[in-house]
Amino acid sequence: MSLTLAEKILAKKTGRKVEPGEFLLLEVDVALGNDITAPLAIKEFYQAGGDKIYDPEKIVLVSDHFTPNKDIKSAEQAKQMREFAKTQKIKKYFEIGRGGIEHVLLPEEGIVKPGHLVVGADSHTCTYGALGSLAIGVGSTDLAGVFLAGKVWLKVPPTIKIELIGKPKKYVSGKDIILKIISLLGTEGANYKVLEFSGEGVKNLSMASRFTMANMAIEAGAKTGIFPVDEKVIDYAQERGYKAEPLLPDNSAKYEKIYKFHLNEINLQVARPCLPSNSKDIQEIEKEKIKIDQVVIGSCTNGRLEDLRIAASIMKKSKVHENVRCIVIPGSQKVYYAALQEGLIETFIQSNCVVSPPTCGPCLGGHMGVLAKGERAVATTNRNFRGRMGHPESEIYLASPAVASASALKGFICSPESL
Amino acid sequence: MQIKGKVFIFGDNINTDLIIPARYLLTSDPQELAKYCFEDIRPGFGQRNDVQGSIVIAGENFGSGSSREHAPLAIKGAGIKCVLAKSFSRIFLRNAINIGLPIGELSLINEFKEGDEIEINFSSGKIVNRRTQKTFEIKPYPPFLQEIIISGGWLNYLKTLGTKEER
Ligand code: SF4
Repeated sequence: MSLTLAEKILAKKTGRKVEPGEFLLLEVDVALGNDITAPLAIKEFYQAGGDKIYDPEKIVLVSDHFTPNKDIKSAEQAKQMREFAKTQKIKKYFEIGRGGIEHVLLPEEGIVKPGHLVVGADSHTCTYGALGSLAIGVGSTDLAGVFLAGKVWLKVPPTIKIELIGKPKKYVSGKDIILKIISLLGTEGANYKVLEFSGEGVKNLSMASRFTMANMAIEAGAKTGIFPVDEKVIDYAQERGYKAEPLLPDNSAKYEKIYKFHLNEINLQVARPCLPSNSKDIQEIEKEKIKIDQVVIGSCTNGRLEDLRIAASIMKKSKVHENVRCIVIPGSQKVYYAALQEGLIETFIQSNCVVSPPTCGPCLGGHMGVLAKGERAVATTNRNFRGRMGHPESEIYLASPAVASASALKGFICSPESL
Repeated sequence: MQIKGKVFIFGDNINTDLIIPARYLLTSDPQELAKYCFEDIRPGFGQRNDVQGSIVIAGENFGSGSSREHAPLAIKGAGIKCVLAKSFSRIFLRNAINIGLPIGELSLINEFKEGDEIEINFSSGKIVNRRTQKTFEIKPYPPFLQEIIISGGWLNYLKTLGTKEER
């Protein structure tokens, strides 16, 4: 047998070898919904004549997008989900104050594990690929299908291998690497395919960097991103109280394409509006002295403890520029608490940042930092589409926590090296 | 299945934020969502009278971005009968099939102008542009997806599957 990581997981599920292009009907291990996508799935489930859900143990519901609720309508949506969780006896329902942003939360809680087949009614479900699970973003009807029958339909995707070689430079993290990859592949470069991140360089990437990279696989159009289960993943599992088995692609696995990236050649990146693929080396962007109004550090892309540590280490040097508002959003209640204990929150407050409770908030232009017409932000989020953070004529530049923090201090987009 | 209608033309990379901005995601009612369909690229589009019964033709990577099913729902709610594009992003395609919004991949989109009257025959995969009288072809769906569409969407398909298994 010679299989890619994704094929291995699917072959195990079906009990036979699978070929790209085949349609499969599969039982999932975990299915996720949030306060935007679950209400629609709930409505569809009942409309289709659903009564009791197939298996409440598999379902995870997280209130994170418009919470703490920003207005009456969002409160109604969150309430629908809360009541559904109660009626259907869904134990993995995460209320604010006990949860966080779904894609930070599920791995942290040990809900998604290596080798799992996960579907989530959220496009960034692919984040869990960092754990060596096959995690695919789907729609609300698919979630309703899991409520109804525990199953999804999937087309076996071809795989593109991203071979990583060597070690990244100082300050360069998963965000820069994935932005660089997306700039080469384009926003459609991996459409319907899996991005498999493998090669000896993987061992030099922290779990946080891997989560960030898998998270943004979809910005290259990919069905998902996936990493092998190596020692770092096994340790990560152990810290969360469960055991993981190694999972590596076969040497002779068939890839549709192979791209090689030497990590030490990648510089800090910044993606200009309005596509994540518009990224350039920081050196080039910094010359333009692009002035900013807001900085957002957080999201399912870069709201983990490691991200906040880097941000705080840079913020410590000075205070946020007088023309800039800087919003820091820990990705989960646990991240928040750890950051508090480590003194990171204190650093942020002393540097004049505002620290928000864990929420998606400004990442999707929901609340807690929406932009006005003509305003410009640097964000550690994953999408810089037009109007994503507010007014259609506002602008988002995507960057790592290191670049975002340095830019917050200087008032224009710059590298932490130039502080 | 046959569809006739007037064409609206859109460009490349029409992502889900452009189809329905997140600030309007506070409901899942298709009629309500329809009012803000394409709001940030064509303000007022969803409230126009001539959108009902029309066909959208777009460029590459239609529906990229979020997994929000509100995007195809907003389009369907606005009375748009079909979306033709050079290519679709994965989740949008999935959602459209799951909710029964017909879509098709069409490469020669430059042969169409806003306002053209066109006819689509989904069984034969043929499109006729009434203005130029030229015909074009779209890729037919694979059999498995056709079954889902014929069942009236994914949930109906699952239900028929349940009865098959019980038998
Ligand atoms: S943080 Fe942003 S990208 Fe992540 S789940 Fe929330 S809205 Fe989506």
